[in-house]
Amino acid sequence: MKVLEIKNVTKRFGNLVAVRDVSLDVGKGELCAIIGPNGAGKTTFFNLISGFFPPTSGSIAFDGRDITRLATHERVTLGMARTFQITEIFPELTVFQNVRIAAEVAGGYRLRPWINRSEAAQIHARVEETLHLVSLESKADRLVGELAHGDQRAAEIAMALALQPHLLLLDEPTAGMGDQETYQITQLIRRLHRDSNYTIVLIEHDMRVVFHLADRICVLDQGRMLGQGTPKEIAANETVQAAYLGTAA
Amino acid sequence: MLVLGLAAMSLNFLLGFTGVLSFGHAAYFGLGAYGAGLTLKFVAASTPLALLSGMLLGGICGALLGTLIVRRRGVYFAMVTIAFGQVFYYIAFQWSSLTGGDDGLRGFSRQPIDFGLFKLDILSNANNFYYFVLFCFALVVAAMGFILRSPFGRTMIAIRENERRSRFLGIPVERHIWIAFSLSCFFMGFAGALYALVNNFADPRGLHYSQSGDFVMMAVMGGMRSFWGPLLGAAVFVVLQDYLSSITVNWMSFVGLLFVLVVLFFPRGLLGFIQRSKT
Repeated sequence: MKVLEIKNVTKRFGNLVAVRDVSLDVGKGELCAIIGPNGAGKTTFFNLISGFFPPTSGSIAFDGRDITRLATHERVTLGMARTFQITEIFPELTVFQNVRIAAEVAGGYRLRPWINRSEAAQIHARVEETLHLVSLESKADRLVGELAHGDQRAAEIAMALALQPHLLLLDEPTAGMGDQETYQITQLIRRLHRDSNYTIVLIEHDMRVVFHLADRICVLDQGRMLGQGTPKEIAANETVQAAYLGTAA
Repeated sequence: MLVLGLAAMSLNFLLGFTGVLSFGHAAYFGLGAYGAGLTLKFVAASTPLALLSGMLLGGICGALLGTLIVRRRGVYFAMVTIAFGQVFYYIAFQWSSLTGGDDGLRGFSRQPIDFGLFKLDILSNANNFYYFVLFCFALVVAAMGFILRSPFGRTMIAIRENERRSRFLGIPVERHIWIAFSLSCFFMGFAGALYALVNNFADPRGLHYSQSGDFVMMAVMGGMRSFWGPLLGAAVFVVLQDYLSSITVNWMSFVGLLFVLVVLFFPRGLLGFIQRSKT
């Protein structure tokens, strides 16, 4: 079953065509990595999927339902969660409070002026479970703004996971990280994919991470889809090598 | 003082916990005052009814205008709220036949509250009235505290902290700001209605944007990130006003100076400063 079906989307900003006629299908449980040089339109493509702005043309379906014109929060309600290239968190709240807000919204409590004991206990359990998954349970009561960069990224992923999404969008999860942190985040994503069976689309610059994790790689260049395939196919693809891997190596 | 404190806390419900600055909240305060006054004067001699209609007038006007305001952010939000606030100010100012215009609305007074078994005289017995105001204050403050501790209250704080993240957690940000704005206007209307009962008088200047500015100063000076801060801010403001205005007509310059000092040196307000020096 396809989680995400993107057909011929194009996004123009005035004269600039940031994404040109790109199609992509993502199956359930798949981990798809989007790579490409700076300015290739990767983040614009992500913004189209998550509803930051609508595409100029083309259509996007999620779990078989057309979401091309839906607002961001509606897509989240349908089960889509994302993280950002520059971490977006609630810095003055604790790790626990950050994740609790996500868990409460996902539980449908966002408009509730009260919450009873058993519901609160359920939320509490879900938050702890999520923190355990990203190994942040020991830092639950620290302010997120005071954590190390890698832990902030993990907290952001935890917030996305607390939404219990069918599709996880990760925008450069290892951006700005050292080797040790990159390794930890890569292991985390691998666990989410292999053990918890999440469907994941991610943008990544670090080729070691991409080839280690991805079932499938899509290469964008100047807004166009240059090619997609398994890591082996991409490594052997001459067009891709000329445009991207060649310059990186 | 308690009533102005309540008004400052109502404003801060929006400013400190949702993170949007309304510079026209005096309008809903004033509408509450007129709502209470007009009810007592023309409709029925009932104090609870006056409070209720004051709250509803302020709250419903706020909720209706809120639908037009909530898409704006930052300075634009503040400007639009000033503009709508001034609309109400000029209505109260010009519609002399109903509101008494520049002279304000007179000719009404609070009425004893009938509990069936006994009557509580709050007109001539100042003690009774004080406890009545204190009771109303406690009621509204409890309601605010309750909401802020709820899942909805936490989404307000989430919006204050990071609007984009809130949106990508599935919170329809505009709708939540609208609810917070409307609730804040209801509380403000209630405070205004109480204010009219305290003075047996409703003043068009209570709707003016300079009054909104006073409320913002109270909230910021006291500490807008803390729940009780605005109450302290209102206390300091009122005491300074009483004390300084008996010495100089330029009392506002001194209040302004204090405000600047607080903002520069205690960004978390007076209450934030006191709490920090304790720990």
